[in-house]
Amino acid sequence: MRGAADEKADPVGVRWPELGVALLLMALGVLVVTDSFRVGTGWGDDGPRAGYFPFYIGLALLLSSGWVALKQLLRWGSHEHFAEREQLRSVWAILWPMTIYIGLIFPLGIYVASALLIAWFMLRHGKHGVALTTAVALGVPLAFFLVFERWFLVSLPKGPLEAFFGF
Amino acid sequence: MDELQNLFHGFGVAATLPNLGYMLIGITLGVLIGVLPGLGGANGVAILLPLTFSMNPTSAIIMLSCIYWGALFGGAITSILFNIPGEPWSVATTFDGYPMAQQGRAAQALTAAFTSSFVGAMFAVLLITFTAPLLARFALKFGPAEFFAVQLLTFASFVGMSKEPPAKTIAAMMLGFALAAVGMDTVTGQLRMTYGFPELLKGFGFLIAVIGLFGIGEILVTMEEGLAFKGQSAKIDFKVVWRTWGELLKHWKLFLRSVAVGCWMGITPGGATPASFMSYGMARRMSRDPQSFGKGRIEGVVAPETAAHAAGTSALLPMLTLGIPGSPTAAVLLGGLLIWGLQPGPMLFVEQKEFVWGLIASMYIGNVVGLIVVLTTVPWWAAILRIPFSIIGPVIIVICAIGAYTVNNSMFDVVMMLVFGVMGYLFKKLKYPLAPMVLALVLGDMAEASFRQAMLLSQGSMSIFWSNPLVGTIAGLAILMLVWPLWGAAKNVARQRELRMGR
Repeated sequence: MRGAADEKADPVGVRWPELGVALLLMALGVLVVTDSFRVGTGWGDDGPRAGYFPFYIGLALLLSSGWVALKQLLRWGSHEHFAEREQLRSVWAILWPMTIYIGLIFPLGIYVASALLIAWFMLRHGKHGVALTTAVALGVPLAFFLVFERWFLVSLPKGPLEAFFGF
Repeated sequence: MDELQNLFHGFGVAATLPNLGYMLIGITLGVLIGVLPGLGGANGVAILLPLTFSMNPTSAIIMLSCIYWGALFGGAITSILFNIPGEPWSVATTFDGYPMAQQGRAAQALTAAFTSSFVGAMFAVLLITFTAPLLARFALKFGPAEFFAVQLLTFASFVGMSKEPPAKTIAAMMLGFALAAVGMDTVTGQLRMTYGFPELLKGFGFLIAVIGLFGIGEILVTMEEGLAFKGQSAKIDFKVVWRTWGELLKHWKLFLRSVAVGCWMGITPGGATPASFMSYGMARRMSRDPQSFGKGRIEGVVAPETAAHAAGTSALLPMLTLGIPGSPTAAVLLGGLLIWGLQPGPMLFVEQKEFVWGLIASMYIGNVVGLIVVLTTVPWWAAILRIPFSIIGPVIIVICAIGAYTVNNSMFDVVMMLVFGVMGYLFKKLKYPLAPMVLALVLGDMAEASFRQAMLLSQGSMSIFWSNPLVGTIAGLAILMLVWPLWGAAKNVARQRELRMGR
């Protein structure tokens, strides 16, 4: 796709992301249309059936994203930029910890996972001292705990640590 | 004057001590949201909405709408002091606001921005006060066909007016409608597009989509632009405020023009962002010295701020009277009304008088409170922005995750938030507009219901959409909006051919 010979500063072209998103939207359009056929796109005994409206929505989604994809294919040679590689790297630097964070909420609960996320960011990207990092990483989830569990009585996902303290 | 009487009654509702307290909390939270990157009016309100489910609806909407005013005010602080637009609608404010701050005139720029926001909002609230009841009375005559035609017009004007490619606008919008249709069909009870996943039964919550698209998506975009926040400091004292107000009086014509642009763009779903750019462009073109714009002209701050605030406020007019929000934040507020069991639309003015007029009265008070709050607390907000993004960033992610979870107490929603976040980033980079998608997601069920009811009335014949002059006019306008881009494209082709012939 993107040759290994590419220079480091070489920006990523817009054509693959553009085509990818358009194809994804087309696929979603196909899903909507086929499901509308399943529930019926026509006229039932008591009026329009469940697929009557979504069918046209799916069709319009398919056509409009198909048009985007077609236009992209027609000017495949043009070299518009999507983003610099450096920029994508910084986006990735926040995207993967975010994904792991959400994954960690399942076993650990939201408070512990949040503390880990904040600590990781402050140490890795902010180069803050250990003392400040510990204070913020523990203080912020604790404050949220008080606000939500105590004040608003909203229960958020909790893990073994909270269970240990009896929550 | 029925309106004035109602309005005074509304002041009685809004000016109680607890409601004034909610206003103050709302404004403060709103400015904070407006100042922080990744949190804006739409997703700020979306995150806080679940916390208000237990409040009484009038107090809740007063607080949430004050968050909206606060966010509108807050966007100006970051634009002027840090050259970072906290909100998309304050991008145009950076053009002249930041140069002014660099020249040591930050206090003047901020005073001008806040005052303009205030003036813009006030005119828009006056407009709402006197036209909303009329519009609501008029809309009482609407049947399903008329409602669907108005909704069609709303979405068609996105296609006709937005600067994004029409195909992408349609695709984003249809994706919103498709996501809204997922889950149980309310009429037939059939399951649609769930493909066997029980999590999809209740469909995609628009709050989740808003938090993901605008919150997480915005953080990803912010990361890309680097994290160096270098700003000017500012302190506002009363003398500067007084002098700036004196200077602003000279620009009354500019104010009126910007208010007109803002109100128009707010009522039609253009929204605050295009309104601010349009107004800035007009101010520059009509100025005697267009070259000096972008180098620190006070008019360059006044024009976009007035228009953005006027648009942001008047976006509530169609939301309250027709149930059609003029901006993403208004869409979120509308979703809130539905959750509290209030059906927005003309009946609201008949059945929920106290609620409507309390809200309108709170717009007056909220903006006065907002102006005082921001004028007195600017240095503190500027200090918040000095906290490095390596601390603010993860905290905002945590806030978004909590906000997404509390909507339905479901982890599935938190995962979906991440998916919507990545989608928001890609859409933003590839110039798919987000506003029509969110509006479609909020209005999808309503639009479908009115379409089906109209079809039932006419036994499936489309002719119902031009069966009387009213619905015919609205539907005609909608179709005109839809084909508008085609005309532009045709003109382009013709011009290119001419060029080729000329050569």
